[in-house]
Amino acid sequence: MLEYFQILGNELYKIVFLLVPMLVSVAMIVWLDRRVWGLVQKRKGPNVVGPFGLFQTIADALKYIFKEIIIPASANKVVFILAPIVTMTLALVAWAVIPISEQIVLADINVGILYLFAISSLGVYGIIMGGWASNSKYPFLGAIRSAAQMVSYEVSIGIIIINVLLCVGSLNLKDIVLAQKDLWYVIPLFPMFVIFFISALAETNRPPFDLPEAEAELVAGYQTEYSGMMYAMFWLGEYANILLMCAMGSILFLGGWLPILDVYPINLIPAPLWMILKILFLFLLFALIKAIVPRYRYDQLMRLGWKIFLPFSLIYLVLTASFLFYFNKLPNGNF
Amino acid sequence: MLTHTLFFYFFSIIAIFSSLMVITSRNTVNSVFFLILDFISVGCLFIMVGAEFLGMIILIVYVGAVAVLFLFVVMMLNVAEQKQSWFIGKKSTHIPTGLIVSVLIFLELLVVVGGWKQKDNLMNSSTLEISNISNTHQLGLVMYTDYILYFQIAGVILLLSMIGAILLTFRKRSGVKKQNYFKQISRDPESSVQLLKVESNKGVKIDD
Repeated sequence: MLEYFQILGNELYKIVFLLVPMLVSVAMIVWLDRRVWGLVQKRKGPNVVGPFGLFQTIADALKYIFKEIIIPASANKVVFILAPIVTMTLALVAWAVIPISEQIVLADINVGILYLFAISSLGVYGIIMGGWASNSKYPFLGAIRSAAQMVSYEVSIGIIIINVLLCVGSLNLKDIVLAQKDLWYVIPLFPMFVIFFISALAETNRPPFDLPEAEAELVAGYQTEYSGMMYAMFWLGEYANILLMCAMGSILFLGGWLPILDVYPINLIPAPLWMILKILFLFLLFALIKAIVPRYRYDQLMRLGWKIFLPFSLIYLVLTASFLFYFNKLPNGNF
Repeated sequence: MLTHTLFFYFFSIIAIFSSLMVITSRNTVNSVFFLILDFISVGCLFIMVGAEFLGMIILIVYVGAVAVLFLFVVMMLNVAEQKQSWFIGKKSTHIPTGLIVSVLIFLELLVVVGGWKQKDNLMNSSTLEISNISNTHQLGLVMYTDYILYFQIAGVILLLSMIGAILLTFRKRSGVKKQNYFKQISRDPESSVQLLKVESNKGVKIDD
């Protein structure tokens, strides 16, 4: 029995050492997002609390904790409370399989990328549950919009992942990174990278695809009835999801923890730092796009997902497969 | 081994409990939520026996896509109204139909389960060898060699049902103003702006 406790303790400290930096970096990333947004619009952004305003998010979180949680009288209480918890949990749980370097990974599973895809496709439940349980018009409309949006963009993300997997020949995230030792997939699969990035924007409900919470049309979408810590949990979960998508993008296309060039001064930088730098780079793009692109209309969004991205990524899939087959570069043996 | 057993019982109890709740809960949306819980715990059971690919596919396909659409449809129904007409109303035709269908499915299950035989050697395929290759790889090896015909037939059936669903729901609406991207982009001042000399007290007729 003692052994189990030892194993449990061992795993628990690993989980704590993954989750605490994760949550801190979510707080920092919220600050970065607001800061970039401000700078693009020639404002200063949050710069009062702490050095450069770094503690702004923590101050906000404290404020949210001390606010009263209001549950509408006509809401379905269990589902209403469950929704933010689901969002937050799913966003954090997915980080279990992300390899920060060749050694540092919590769970090195065979089907890592499928796990990531599954967890990110479950993310829609938090939103639907919140929207439905609120029993109010705007949250419900927001939930319906987001359900349709996330399901449709998932399809193209799936096909993009297949594109990468064809070149790797394994579903393990470590193998996917190690296969890019010579050439990052962003170069041969550049169109797929662009589509992945845009689909990730839509999947995380970021501007220009933030229709579920379009404030001009739907007040705040599915979050309208939420207050206090429950709202903050939605908000943190959303940012954790965005970070997750950035991590996914850097693993699939930007070579994970691998340095740009494997030459002397560059490869002295430790592997986790490379991973963090790549995630930050992708996040910076996310933040810039939020600041400079106007919101899409709903029919434009659907058209983009189904009529442009889906056929294009399918055609690219066929092209990749035939290229690999013709030049006999398929991984895992020749056919 | 102990933890494995504990986890097995944990997931199976959740699966059985939630599948019972699917059919007993009065609120339709709640029963869809329980269905999702059921899918998830069955997926976890699949992962526990080592079929990690199947478990993840259940999560992606059933929970991530099918159940979302279920939820989507069920949320639109007026649940309170149904509670009366389905269970208490006099002219309920749902219960006999449902009974017939469920008896049929039960009989079919009996036939299938009765024909089950446990094999000592599960590997009975021309291409599959017992080796260290991963679950996904093995599935691919079997699916694209021995069972390619069934795989393709399943694909064709899915395609047909997709086309059927689109045909059923497609309707051409007239009088809807739709944005034509090419037309919109290819407009230029020469073709769309004209300068008119407006006579006093008469105005101009604008055609639209």
